[in-house]
Amino acid sequence: MLQIALWKRVLIWSVCALGLLLALPNAFYPRVEAYNDANASLEAGFSGNGIEEQAAMWPDFLPSSLVNLGLDLRGGAHLLAEVQVEDVYETRIKSLWPDVRNLLREERDTIGTIRLQPSEADVLRVKISRPEAIQQAVNVVRTLAQPVVSLTGAGATDLVVSADGDDIVVTLSEAEKLATDERTVQQALEIIRRRIDEVGTREPTIQRQGSDRILIQVPGIGSASELKEIIGTTAQLTFNPVVGRAGDANAPAGAGNEVVPSLDEEGVFYILESAHVVSGEELVDAQPSFDQNGRPAVSFRFNPTGARKFGDYTADNIGSPFAIVLDSEVISAPVIQSHIPGGSGIITGNFSVEESTNLAVLLRAGALPAGLEFLEERTIGPELGQDSIDAGRIACIVAFAMVLVFMFLSYGTFGIFANIALIINVGLIFGMLSLIGATLTLPGIAGIVLTIGMAVDANVLVFERIREELKGKKGVARAIDLGYEKALSAIIDANITTFITAVILFAMGSGPVRGFAITLGAGILTSVFTAIFVTRLMVVIWFERRRPKTLEV
Amino acid sequence: MMRLRLVPKETNWDFFGKTKISVGFSALLIVVSIAFFLIQGLNFGIDFKGGTTIRTESTQEVVVGDYRAAIDPLGLGDVTITEVFDPTFEENQHVTMIRIQAQEGQEAVTADVVRNVEKALQQVAPDISFVSVESVGPKVSGELIQTAVIAVLLAIGAVLVYIWLRFEWQFAVGAVAALVHDVILTIGVFSVVQIKFDLAIIAALLTIVGYSLNDTVVVFDRVRENLRRYKKRELQDVLNLSINETLSRTVMTSVTTLLALLALFVLGGDVIRGFVFAMIWGVVVGTYSSVFVASAVLLRLGVKRDWSKPDNTAGNQFANIDA
Repeated sequence: MLQIALWKRVLIWSVCALGLLLALPNAFYPRVEAYNDANASLEAGFSGNGIEEQAAMWPDFLPSSLVNLGLDLRGGAHLLAEVQVEDVYETRIKSLWPDVRNLLREERDTIGTIRLQPSEADVLRVKISRPEAIQQAVNVVRTLAQPVVSLTGAGATDLVVSADGDDIVVTLSEAEKLATDERTVQQALEIIRRRIDEVGTREPTIQRQGSDRILIQVPGIGSASELKEIIGTTAQLTFNPVVGRAGDANAPAGAGNEVVPSLDEEGVFYILESAHVVSGEELVDAQPSFDQNGRPAVSFRFNPTGARKFGDYTADNIGSPFAIVLDSEVISAPVIQSHIPGGSGIITGNFSVEESTNLAVLLRAGALPAGLEFLEERTIGPELGQDSIDAGRIACIVAFAMVLVFMFLSYGTFGIFANIALIINVGLIFGMLSLIGATLTLPGIAGIVLTIGMAVDANVLVFERIREELKGKKGVARAIDLGYEKALSAIIDANITTFITAVILFAMGSGPVRGFAITLGAGILTSVFTAIFVTRLMVVIWFERRRPKTLEV
Repeated sequence: MMRLRLVPKETNWDFFGKTKISVGFSALLIVVSIAFFLIQGLNFGIDFKGGTTIRTESTQEVVVGDYRAAIDPLGLGDVTITEVFDPTFEENQHVTMIRIQAQEGQEAVTADVVRNVEKALQQVAPDISFVSVESVGPKVSGELIQTAVIAVLLAIGAVLVYIWLRFEWQFAVGAVAALVHDVILTIGVFSVVQIKFDLAIIAALLTIVGYSLNDTVVVFDRVRENLRRYKKRELQDVLNLSINETLSRTVMTSVTTLLALLALFVLGGDVIRGFVFAMIWGVVVGTYSSVFVASAVLLRLGVKRDWSKPDNTAGNQFANIDA
């Protein structure tokens, strides 16, 4: 019957009011955005520069969450990077050599002399001079293996040591590779996040995608190449012992060594031991500074273990040169003058002030554990985004107006009810999007426009049904009641099926498409709510006041 | 008070009198679509093919030939330059889209290529600005196609299951036939007019799936109801009656949706025009197919008429959750 309990009425109107209240900040977008930014800076401890005034621009008791604007509306840069996880295998295996060498040297009596063999990047191959003792040598090296630290790799060890003729072959186990991949990607994610935070832009998105990819979206940045410069540099800093100098890249380096070019002297190459003494991972701080001649430099400090290693090494090697290597280029190769105990030092090179500042940022944030390959990059200028917003807004308003007029012409009074519900509906969509912090994209705007068109569907179903029931000579109240009752199954089925596609879109899509799925899904929920509760409530209230004997829908 | 009525109050049109014509028409369109798809293919955007697109804006008149002359010496392979016209542009706003194929042997996207193109174009039009630059490597684009195809199939599959649970399998087959019909015709029209086919179009395709279904389900819901009410009537009569009864609603909803989409098509800017075009087409085709394809398939397959259950509600336990 045409009765709705008071508590239901209150609940329905409260939901509408709440939704509209949540949507309200979006109507004052720039102002609320400034307010939010100002509050964030106040919380971070900044003040002055009119921040307080901006923080007072919006009343504190009103909600202030906004719908995020996607990159295609705000402008900014989007990158999809693949972490080159294999890079890490090589470093890991290479760094094993000193340990393997020391262990095997102790067994010299039984296995004879040892020699490092050239091999693929992620394999360590050691030849021993007494092949008959190979099994023993393998066993000795095997003691280096550690259990794998991961859930899936439980019980496995990290190294696979085998004998191949008179060679000992050491590789990473599959379980360890998996665990390493996981760690590498996590670490890369963390470091990218730190670097972007250091630069300080608003609401960057840094997400892992799949097993070895990272999606980076930074609104407001000028271009993707700018972003690439910040995050694309590996910034792997190592301190390696220098074996000698060479004239070209193909100079014979000797086992366990490598030839590395100089950063600023063309044609100069250094032969370095591949295993480093200390690396950038053991840095605790790096700051731009100047050397004694007033040239830009970067000063750094090691953590205690790094400081000890560095101290020991410098104490043992006074008079020999060591190289400071950044991303496989020698920045400088000074001669150790004295024991350096404090664990701090300075890197000099032909830096500009800007370069030294950047290098300090990169060193502080940490080195990327592996290189990145960029698979996708997009830059969207803010003007284009603004144009899209403007065009979308006008299209929305026009679409709205046309649908409102059309509904009124078709259904009269009931059309007005449907129209009010439609307006509430769009408010609710924005309220919902703000509440869940969803991102509005250009296809998302299209989703809203589509919803405006489709949202009336549930109402149309009901009204048409009421018309039919009226034809059947039913009383007015009965016809309205039956109309709602019988249209319900069609409304539910029709909307659930559309909702299924929205869910699939959300799950499979990315970026803009996902934005579309969200608005479409939100639109379905709110339109069903407004049709079966809000419009119905309005119809019931109208009916109670008027008590019409006849009805034309 | 006068009411705007797009459909007369009482209709009693025979939608199945000329089944041969409508089925033939649909079949012909499907064949044409597939033929175009096979022969001409789709104008895949960089999302699916890899490559770079650059959108430029300048206050000077664009001479495509000059742009081409500036870029050609760079030897970038296939470069497409098109000027974009749109009613939402200002008077001296001249926009072009430049599309460069994925560079041979390069997985990752190179900044150099973009920088060189930008430099070359600045020689032609000094005030040129690059409002968007997008590059997708071939590796990702391959995966995107795969994901897109899976998404569409998954959506169709999910719908098949849902309708099967709520109705009968014949309804599910009918609905899916209509969906496949709509998707094929949409891909066909994209092949014919060679509008750029990118990720957003996949979103549009899925929306079409949703919309077409919406329509079909409303008709089927009525068919189910009428089958229970008129147990003795011919299936064809019941289908006809159901379509006629829901016709007014079908037209109303299609019109409101089309009104909204047309506004977006005209005023929404060129960036999403392809997307909106797909949806408009989908609404038209989806409305047509829910009457002429879904119901025709249902008629052909027949429905179980012997409702042996005492409450006459449905074919299985899921059908009655809201009744």
